[in-house]
Amino acid sequence: MNAHVPSQKLHDCRDAFAATLERLAAEDETIVVVCNDSVGSSKLGGFKAKFPERLINVGIAEQNMIGVAAGLANGGRIPYVCAAAPFLTGRALEQIKADIAYSNANVKLVGISSGMAYGDLGPTHHSIEDFAWTRVLPNLPVIAPCDHIETAAAVEWAAHTAGPCFLRLSRVGVPDLLPEGHVFTVGKANLLREGSDVTLIANGTLTHRMVKAAEILASRGVSARVLNLATVRPIDEDAIVAAARETGAIVTAEEHSTFGGLGSAVAEVVVDLAPVPMKRLGVPGIFAPTGSAEFLLNEFGMAPEAIADAAEAVIRRK
Amino acid sequence: MEIDDLERMARQIRLRDLQAVFEAGAGHIGGEMSVIDVLTALYFRVLKIWPDQPKHPERDRFVLSKGHTACALYVTLAKRGFIPEDEISTFLKPYSRLNGHPNCNKVPGVETNTGPLGHGLPVAVGMAKAAKLSGAAYHTYVVTGDGEMQEGSNWEAIMAGAHFGLDNLTLLIDHNRFQQGASIADTNGLAPLRPKVEAFGWEVTEINGNAMGEVVAALEHRGSRPHCIVAHTNKGHGISFMQDTVDWHHKVPNKEQYDIAVKELSEAL
Repeated sequence: MNAHVPSQKLHDCRDAFAATLERLAAEDETIVVVCNDSVGSSKLGGFKAKFPERLINVGIAEQNMIGVAAGLANGGRIPYVCAAAPFLTGRALEQIKADIAYSNANVKLVGISSGMAYGDLGPTHHSIEDFAWTRVLPNLPVIAPCDHIETAAAVEWAAHTAGPCFLRLSRVGVPDLLPEGHVFTVGKANLLREGSDVTLIANGTLTHRMVKAAEILASRGVSARVLNLATVRPIDEDAIVAAARETGAIVTAEEHSTFGGLGSAVAEVVVDLAPVPMKRLGVPGIFAPTGSAEFLLNEFGMAPEAIADAAEAVIRRK
Repeated sequence: MEIDDLERMARQIRLRDLQAVFEAGAGHIGGEMSVIDVLTALYFRVLKIWPDQPKHPERDRFVLSKGHTACALYVTLAKRGFIPEDEISTFLKPYSRLNGHPNCNKVPGVETNTGPLGHGLPVAVGMAKAAKLSGAAYHTYVVTGDGEMQEGSNWEAIMAGAHFGLDNLTLLIDHNRFQQGASIADTNGLAPLRPKVEAFGWEVTEINGNAMGEVVAALEHRGSRPHCIVAHTNKGHGISFMQDTVDWHHKVPNKEQYDIAVKELSEAL
């Protein structure tokens, strides 16, 4: 399973998002963008230049932004709503619930700069609650791609799949992990590395840290499986249950609170179907101190070395 | 349908709505009575719709943002042929499609799910904008309550409707002057409503929202800007003891009150 050798070059996944969206929009005139004065931060300059009438900027008004998107979908458009994740999800959560998820509107929510990408701007600009807020909503797939290849694949999947979704993107560079031409399948985990002693599960900006942690564990004689679990809902129960039964221990890591996120979602499956020792790494239920995303992830025990240590600790609990 | 017939239909809808709320033991009868003339004018005169093709792409769009008056919408949809009239008796019963707030994935003719206030107008702005993008000829209508205009999201949408030049959008505010707990003036006053909306760049018309001729004329008006109709209505309109009292926001009549109300509405028929 280790045939694909990832490049260490770091990619800002917004570039893959924007390039894919522009390509899709050239093929399908019903694709439109709705944003909240977020043209630059969502890298929509190219889209705006090519399709100016199809970029609907509602200004700094997130509640209206979501409602307008629902109405555009009712009128036969396919809106991609592009906004900083904390304001998209937090400010407009009831609109997401009623207008998008409950109404099953064909709207693609794209949260940019999620997690702690805005690191030193502080907790108002962190989006470490969005998995918890969105994954409780029926009808709304919640997806955090791990690299630029999966980002492009998920943006394409969304355009061709009726119904809403939430794509959680970052601005922090990540190496490519999946092979070129990877096809996104909602609700399906990707096995990045086979292993038998423990399974490391992550998505978004944490997946590549898990891969590095698995390499460190290998050097210590520990065989770690790595799963990329981009889709938090609907979750891949089969992959999680297999991981629990075949490796007997699970570590999750996420750029999100440990309350209600990826780790919680995995734990729900493990507790119900295949209980094994687990460790959930993430932001430990606090408002983060000042620092860059890189600094904060390391501070919260998600440097690859620290993840490897956590994996060894959970293995000892078997 | 002509004005006389519309008035007769509105009374029939009021009567059926009253019966449904009485039998279900719940509903929002005050706001239903205030908005029924508007719903009747829309569904039996103004809207270009095909009840047998509820998703027809050229249909006019209508959003009932004050979703708590769903029962009035269900009765109107039933009278217009979107759902069977028999089904009204299932209102609020377990597994009925006819929830306390309308569901677009269950009830034909409902365009978007409403219930939480301040949602319908932003969605209607998106519908109207979609028509501008696609060149579709449909018109979008949205009815909000007046208390609902306290929601900031509505003013975000009013701003956007003017900015986008949506001359294919009509907002009707059912101005019955009461919200759930008290009069609007005693809660968080909206006055002066007309100049506020005009200042946002809309054309505004004020009418008696319980006078069918005025309602039809206002809804059929077309201009060069988004159009707001401030419809002065009576909460509980048509039933003497309910009119203009805050008590009847979601109170249910007892048997004695029900009989009086049925008699009053039937006499008017």
